[in-house]
Amino acid sequence: MGQTLFDKIWDAHVVSSSEGFPDILYIDTHFIHEVTSPQAFDGLRQRGLPVFRPKQTVATADHNVPTINQHLPIKEELSRYQVDMLTKNCKEFGVELYGLGHPYQGIVHVIGPELGITRPGGTYVCGDSHTSTHGAFGAIAFGIGTSQVEQVLATQCLLQSRPKRMKIEVNGKLQKGVGAKDIILYIISQISAAGGTGYAVEYAGDTIRSLSMEGRMTICNMSIEMGARCGLIAPDETTIEYVKGREFAPKGEDWDKAVAYWKTLYSDADASFDEVLSFKAEDIEPMITYGTNPGMGIGVTQHVPETASFEAKEQGSYKKALDYMGLHDDETLLGKPIDYVFIGSCTNSRIEDLRQVAEFVKGKHKADNVTVWVVPGSKQVQQQAIAEGLDKIFNEAGFPLREPGCSACLGMNEDKIPAGKYCVSTSNRNFEGRQGPNSRTFLASPLTAAASAITGVVTDIRTFLKEEELV
Amino acid sequence: MATKIFKHIQTSVVPLPIENIDTDQIIPARFLKATTRDGFGNNLFRDWRFDGDDNPKQDFVLNNPNYSGKILVAGKNFGCGSSREHAAWAIADYGFDAVVSSFFADIFKGNALNNGLLPVQVSEDFLKKIFDAVYADEHAIVEIDLVDQFIKIVATGEQESFEVNPYKKACMTNGYDDIDYILSKKDEIAEFEGTR
Repeated sequence: MGQTLFDKIWDAHVVSSSEGFPDILYIDTHFIHEVTSPQAFDGLRQRGLPVFRPKQTVATADHNVPTINQHLPIKEELSRYQVDMLTKNCKEFGVELYGLGHPYQGIVHVIGPELGITRPGGTYVCGDSHTSTHGAFGAIAFGIGTSQVEQVLATQCLLQSRPKRMKIEVNGKLQKGVGAKDIILYIISQISAAGGTGYAVEYAGDTIRSLSMEGRMTICNMSIEMGARCGLIAPDETTIEYVKGREFAPKGEDWDKAVAYWKTLYSDADASFDEVLSFKAEDIEPMITYGTNPGMGIGVTQHVPETASFEAKEQGSYKKALDYMGLHDDETLLGKPIDYVFIGSCTNSRIEDLRQVAEFVKGKHKADNVTVWVVPGSKQVQQQAIAEGLDKIFNEAGFPLREPGCSACLGMNEDKIPAGKYCVSTSNRNFEGRQGPNSRTFLASPLTAAASAITGVVTDIRTFLKEEELV
Repeated sequence: MATKIFKHIQTSVVPLPIENIDTDQIIPARFLKATTRDGFGNNLFRDWRFDGDDNPKQDFVLNNPNYSGKILVAGKNFGCGSSREHAAWAIADYGFDAVVSSFFADIFKGNALNNGLLPVQVSEDFLKKIFDAVYADEHAIVEIDLVDQFIKIVATGEQESFEVNPYKKACMTNGYDDIDYILSKKDEIAEFEGTR
């Protein structure tokens, strides 16, 4: 019997396996940030332990940082204290920190891949659920809690039970204007926000294979939004080309050896999965969410479902979500006025996302009723965008390019969506209050977000594309 | 390091029959700025519990004096979303020893188990029975026994067994900690590193 990609990587990292115990899994790189690490470092101090493998630990400040005037001290006292604490802990324990002002600073799931730290076949963890992003390289990567952050700092290992394996295939040709974000929002809308719980999900099929690394990262990033432990995509030439030449990628002979190994990383033809799902690319429209979890998504031309279409025990939760969003049964979102557009987050803040938005908004201007924030995923993305002149295009369109960080994805730093306001957001979560107390989030792709910023209402990007083709 | 021991509890319960309760509801991100593990209970379910002016919302169950107890009972897919362990800290800090639901998100479940907070997964039917019992009598008592792995509605005697990883059960009933266990395997880790 053949093996799945997931099992090949897992087996290569099991330090010890005992009946009745979770496996002890070796972690190649541990990413840390300011929010979920301070209590873990405190734990090490209490136990009198060092960081076991500081060179396999990489730190950055992203959640709690402002995205304007990063050269000034952080205004908010508690945020500043937490970021300072990370600096202090990294210094004391000998961990490399790409902090504010460092040319490598950025969202932890953007910098790992762009620095060549994330590679096929590796194991990556971070005290952040969107660690699943790194699985796009054909790696095992998942989010952990702070007690586990302490565990990995202390031992470079994690106690972990092997999850079940699921394969999700997407085959066929995507419609124009439909991209990776729409694919993953569609999948989650079909299987629900809990549909992947307990599984490692491998994405396969020719549609997935045709995606760039940025697109694959968007897909794997949101694996956690269906509850999956992790998501992964077998490495191929696209993956190898992306990693090649990056700062910390292997070089010379090491590179050749690594590539030879990476080419063995795929699910064997006779590998068995606990669950296999298939979707057709042609069925996927530009997607938008209408509710308060990422599973509550529809094609942008579809209507909000009727409460009566749900089972009786689910109707209370459903009505609560619609009330929160200020929506009603059977409403169409097309044409709904919006207040904010946020283009950023570990889901959609990479250079490809910014290029795509810039290409679309060039020569257009945002609607007066909308505030737009474009937040690059990292300092390197920001510099690249400036080098390509994207900042000028953004400025002329009324889309100011800010500085890197998690920004308005999570309502923690200064960037929050005000109460009652609607935001079309390229981030990953539409939970109540996620972008700020009582904020209302419509999750969508960068193109849908940009088109909606131009019109001031929820918009089907395909109507623009048709017009542009006619011209 | 020793952690809290959990073997058996018998207590009234707090019902929260909402599905897909994510960790942003349990503890919003703006309250994650602390650098210690203490005090998160004050902000448990912050935006459901308090209005914008910090006044308690009377219609939220934690503000209803009729309901109290050491067990939180919630709808399916409890704890989805962010991996923030602060969610488990907040629930434990508020005074709960266990959460009962028909389905838990993975990361939350692990975080709870690492903090002496027992996640008890029951069938949809049994969850409904608990809600029915507590809505019929707000003082209804529920018993959870980790040693023998059952949960019981005391008044009716209805009970169900629940699953728990045997290793995590041993940790919780003895107050053991994962790090102590892995540290005992340090030689194997070094040996593993040598083979790569």
